[in-house]
Amino acid sequence: MTDETPDATATARPTDPESARRAVAAVWRIESARIVATLTRMVGDFALAEDLAQDALAEALAQWPASGIPSNPGAWLTAVAKRRAIDGWRRRERYDERLAAIAHDLEREQAEATDAAADLPYDPDAIDDDVLRLVFVSCHPVLSREARVALTLRVVGGLTTEEIARAFLTPVATVQQRIVRAKKTLGAAGVPFEVPPRSEFPGRLGTVLGVLYLIFNEGHSASAGEDLMRPELSREALRLARVLATLVPREPEAHGLVALMELTAARFPARLDAKGDPVLLGDQDRRRWDRSAITRGRAALARADAIGRGRGAYALQAAIAEQHDLAASVDDTDWAAIVALYAALGRVAPSPVVELNRAVAISMAEGPAAGLALVDELAADGRLARYHPLPAVRAELLERLGRPDEAREAFAEAARLTANERERAVLLARASRPGAR
Amino acid sequence: MPKYMLIMRADDRAVEAYQDLPFEQVIEAMGRYNEEMMKAGVMLAGEGLSDASEGFVVDFDAEPPLVTDGPYGETKELFNGFWILEVASKEEAAEWAKRCPLGPGSKLEVRRVTELDDFPQDNEWIQKEAGWREEQAQRAAKA
Repeated sequence: MTDETPDATATARPTDPESARRAVAAVWRIESARIVATLTRMVGDFALAEDLAQDALAEALAQWPASGIPSNPGAWLTAVAKRRAIDGWRRRERYDERLAAIAHDLEREQAEATDAAADLPYDPDAIDDDVLRLVFVSCHPVLSREARVALTLRVVGGLTTEEIARAFLTPVATVQQRIVRAKKTLGAAGVPFEVPPRSEFPGRLGTVLGVLYLIFNEGHSASAGEDLMRPELSREALRLARVLATLVPREPEAHGLVALMELTAARFPARLDAKGDPVLLGDQDRRRWDRSAITRGRAALARADAIGRGRGAYALQAAIAEQHDLAASVDDTDWAAIVALYAALGRVAPSPVVELNRAVAISMAEGPAAGLALVDELAADGRLARYHPLPAVRAELLERLGRPDEAREAFAEAARLTANERERAVLLARASRPGAR
Repeated sequence: MPKYMLIMRADDRAVEAYQDLPFEQVIEAMGRYNEEMMKAGVMLAGEGLSDASEGFVVDFDAEPPLVTDGPYGETKELFNGFWILEVASKEEAAEWAKRCPLGPGSKLEVRRVTELDDFPQDNEWIQKEAGWREEQAQRAAKA
């Protein structure tokens, strides 16, 4: 095997424009966060850095199909973006000392980049810190939820505006506007390019985790459109959660979120039937669950536990998912363990929805009467008055207790409350089923 | 997102070249490469293989199959290790493969890992295999 195959040349100089475009996109996914982070540090302005990076991407798309991908594409893109920055300043006659310093750096880096043996100046910790700052800026609380999602996918995930639009079934122009507006908001608020100070860190990290979880959930319980699942979006959220966990390895909830996503995604292959309708957990073909994902999820949960600061809301939800993932069937499930985990989750993140889930687990562990007692308490307290799963759960339990009239009434109430047509049809059918058990 | 296996293959040239390099340097370069892929959230697994002289081959040209000790006579290239990556595209797998710190005489073969959906789901053996995977995982979980 001493001869070079012709394929090697073909990869370096892709001729087919579509495969060239995909190759550029691949480089962008790998490099964009570091490029935008480096540029933000250099020009001191996130919005400008993002524009410059996008310009460099456009130039790559124009040049690489003909020239081939450079041997150090990240350095190439960064150098192009820096040159654009200098051109911009020159036009606006702001050629100052900072610019002189940057131009000097650029000359040196270009000299290194042309030397085939030279590597990028390698300071992994500094680059990681800048990428982490980028994550916190993209998920800043001054931004709307939609803006955080779009900005995170674009600058941290390296997705194009078109890809984000496709994932959220939103027009490209809308996503573009969202990003432009988000960058203006950040500029107007004077958001610094920094990792939040210690006093704000836990809350800000919580916001970042929340954005990633939102993206994950949008992918597997799509809130709009015909597809019930867009697993690629969930996979991207999972990848970004892994990225975050390596940036803040001492934060248990970062690993907890990875664990929760892995252990949830493990069930994706069984979540839809052949017609594309959702399959309930109890009816899923558990042989289709992704065993490697379960192993990875459990490893992430172990990493969260090993830090020794206890389990947060994500780790606890991951532990609940783990119980389901390890059970051979609904009957085989350790419901007592799940009841305990929901109780712990209710202490860390109190919510009537968690209480409702605990009631379901209690009904599985101790029988429907015990579950119903808690559901009735929840119904009386009124916080879930508009939440259709509450009467639906109540109806199920009443049915299991052999109280069909009350069950039908509860199903009818659930049908009135749901906004989803398909779900309403199912609930109404059960509300009118004669003599249910 | 598809998964790809990067399979490392090296001929005598590469093996000799590596023997000339300081071990520390080789380990550092590989470590850095692995770290990059972990940080990008794409690396699912990876293992290196021990020296081929410890291995052996089961050859099905013979009946019954013939067991021969390594390093395999005629073979020009040896497998040395693998990675499994979860990436958005074939191109992204190629981009990561190109960054591997290998030299002349080495190759990375890149293959997509099959998913359950690649097979007809009504086949009895496919269903059995799914069952085996589940049993294995449960045994691992209880161990």
